[in-house]
Amino acid sequence: MKTYLPAKFMVERDPERCIQCQVCVNQCTFDVHRHDPDQEMVRSGEENCVGCHRCAIFCPTRALAIKRNPLDYRENYNWRPEVIEDIIKQAETGGVLLTGMGDDKSQRIYWDHLLLNASQVTNPSIDPLREPMELVTYLGQKPERVEVERHSLSLKTKIAPQVKLEVPVMFSAMSYGAVSLNVHESLARAAAEAGTLWNTGEGGLHPSLYKYGGNTIVQVASGRFGVHSEYLDAARVIEIKIGQGAKPGIGGHLPGEKVSAEVSMTRMIPQWTDALSPAPQHDIYSIEDLAQLVYALKEATDYAKPVSVKIAAVHNSAAIASGMVRAGADIIVLDGLRGATGAAPKVIRDNVGIPIELALASVDSRLMQEGMRNRASIVVSGGIRNSGDLAKAIALGADAVYIGTAALVALGCTLCQQCHTGKCAWGICTTDLALTKRVNPDIGARRLANLLRGWSLELKDILGGMGVNAVESLRGNRLHLRGVGLTDTELEILGVRMAGS
Amino acid sequence: MKIRVETNDHTARIDATGLRYRELNTVLKEIVSDGIRKVAVHGVCGQRYLGTGLGRPAEIELFGTPGNDLGAFMDGPRIIVHGNAQDGCGNTMNSGEIIIHGHAGDIAGLSARGGKIFIREDVGYRAGIHMKEYQDKKPVVVVGGTAQDFLGEYMAGGILILLGLNLNDGEYHKAKFIGTGMHGGVIYLKGNVNEYQLGKEVGIAPLEDSDRQVLQKFTGEFAAHFGYEAEELLRHEFIKLYPRWLRPYGKLYAY
Repeated sequence: MKTYLPAKFMVERDPERCIQCQVCVNQCTFDVHRHDPDQEMVRSGEENCVGCHRCAIFCPTRALAIKRNPLDYRENYNWRPEVIEDIIKQAETGGVLLTGMGDDKSQRIYWDHLLLNASQVTNPSIDPLREPMELVTYLGQKPERVEVERHSLSLKTKIAPQVKLEVPVMFSAMSYGAVSLNVHESLARAAAEAGTLWNTGEGGLHPSLYKYGGNTIVQVASGRFGVHSEYLDAARVIEIKIGQGAKPGIGGHLPGEKVSAEVSMTRMIPQWTDALSPAPQHDIYSIEDLAQLVYALKEATDYAKPVSVKIAAVHNSAAIASGMVRAGADIIVLDGLRGATGAAPKVIRDNVGIPIELALASVDSRLMQEGMRNRASIVVSGGIRNSGDLAKAIALGADAVYIGTAALVALGCTLCQQCHTGKCAWGICTTDLALTKRVNPDIGARRLANLLRGWSLELKDILGGMGVNAVESLRGNRLHLRGVGLTDTELEILGVRMAGS
Repeated sequence: MKIRVETNDHTARIDATGLRYRELNTVLKEIVSDGIRKVAVHGVCGQRYLGTGLGRPAEIELFGTPGNDLGAFMDGPRIIVHGNAQDGCGNTMNSGEIIIHGHAGDIAGLSARGGKIFIREDVGYRAGIHMKEYQDKKPVVVVGGTAQDFLGEYMAGGILILLGLNLNDGEYHKAKFIGTGMHGGVIYLKGNVNEYQLGKEVGIAPLEDSDRQVLQKFTGEFAAHFGYEAEELLRHEFIKLYPRWLRPYGKLYAY
């Protein structure tokens, strides 16, 4: 069938600069560039270009420019090019539109409508370059009160297992199979260096990464791939995945093409078979059932590690979160509307779920009202872009955040949204061994650890400016936030006052 | 509370009356790690997760009714239940054996990757759901009676056998949506089912010699556990249910 889809991008090659070296031909995984042996020339066919910039960045003479195709439709606010092209794709294939990464639509980003406070005159700000600034965060259930032995001053209260984070930023769940082993190794090593945690996702933990177990969150999801006793024992935290912000209520299909020998070994399924993660966990149809799995995992690991439960932020998150805490979750994870994925139906990604800022504020408030905020730590994810978002999340009540997209961008991702094709030219979201070596774990770990260091320094600056010297003092302190351009209802849900008030 | 444990060489007897699951499991873990290889637990009444987290092979005999998630994540032990089991027995089991002298509830063998479950009587909904297999690991669930709906749903590997011993001659199994979403493994049924009882991903085939060998092996084990004659169990015709496509959802998407 002749496709009616126009090219998304144009590739401009400067003939003066191009030295015919064919780097672009070798780097492109979407067959945009090719060498024409008859004319001894490199040519570009832009219809396949996804705008990932791999060729432009690696062109030694900067001969390539990638531009948006100027082929415009007649202006129409309703029938935008994306809408038209999605219909064309479905008319030509009859399938569900798949995509990668997070929701890219224009729903309100509340972080951009929240502003942080700073000290002026009436209280002094603190200079973190010269004074100690504490970012250490402990995740896990906190006691209602502590009792201390009168004479020895030792703690009488039994404290539930805690996890110490040097910086309240962790790497969110990305499974081996969705991303490559080199990406997992980069994340694990960066987490170990920065004193934080990374998350295996639902694809198991490769044997070579067990040595990073002390910095690893292992996931138990509906497919139970790679879940066995050593996997649970190796972990610092066990996370039950109920849902994911990019596709609330939806399971996952890892296509057989991605189940290579190593992925097969880690997921413990035969090579080249589809790995289907059902939409629900079939032993969880209620809060009581969730409690059953939480305690099954605690039983399996002798109550030695916190159990986390991750849900997608949906309409009634606050009530669900309350149930999750009652079910025994030590950490609850909320993944917002903009949470990303290796593959999801586009209609789900862009239309299901709620913004993380609103979910976080309502869950934190609800747990406070019910007097059980101490019983679980709150971790949020889904579109945390920088240390500003991080500080605002903490002020809204988060104990820590997960970053997924930001971590992948640190490794080279340009959000071309082709994760589901398995052709990632940056070697991140693929299991093709020729491509996965494009991420060097030495360099990858360095880039990720650098990112965390940068955010830590900035967070300290933000805290110092507010005149506080510990991230604990910002946590849930919504008086440090003001809103701009928000309605009364939005301000009320966020628990934040209008700027100027 | 004083927990009553009597040990004798490599065997132990526990009175579970009034014990909560955490207390009972702690005792079980302790005595098994102390080298006890055979444990009899009496007065079992709804305690969950029995057999979970036992790091060594051991034989645990349970008298009474164990609670949900019996043998969840289990890796090695053998559990014999003199009574019925509740929901989720063998949940995500890696290896080991569960032998139930009675009925089992829903989702028996959920996501199991290995090990064997023998159930003398009937089993509830979604038995064998999302069982898998990997290399030498192949979970086996043998049910003496019949099953409720969604038997073998989402099955990705392993062997499910329904012996239908409590069905009259010519009586059909009543389960519907058998093998919905099945994309691996095999189900052997004594007797017959109507087409409408099967998930659309499932095909019916007569047994081949290799199937008979498998069936013989595991019904033989079933017969030995529960005192049947193996030949008697295999006297009736069996059918084989198999996934028609290994990738049922391969053509769902537009790229």
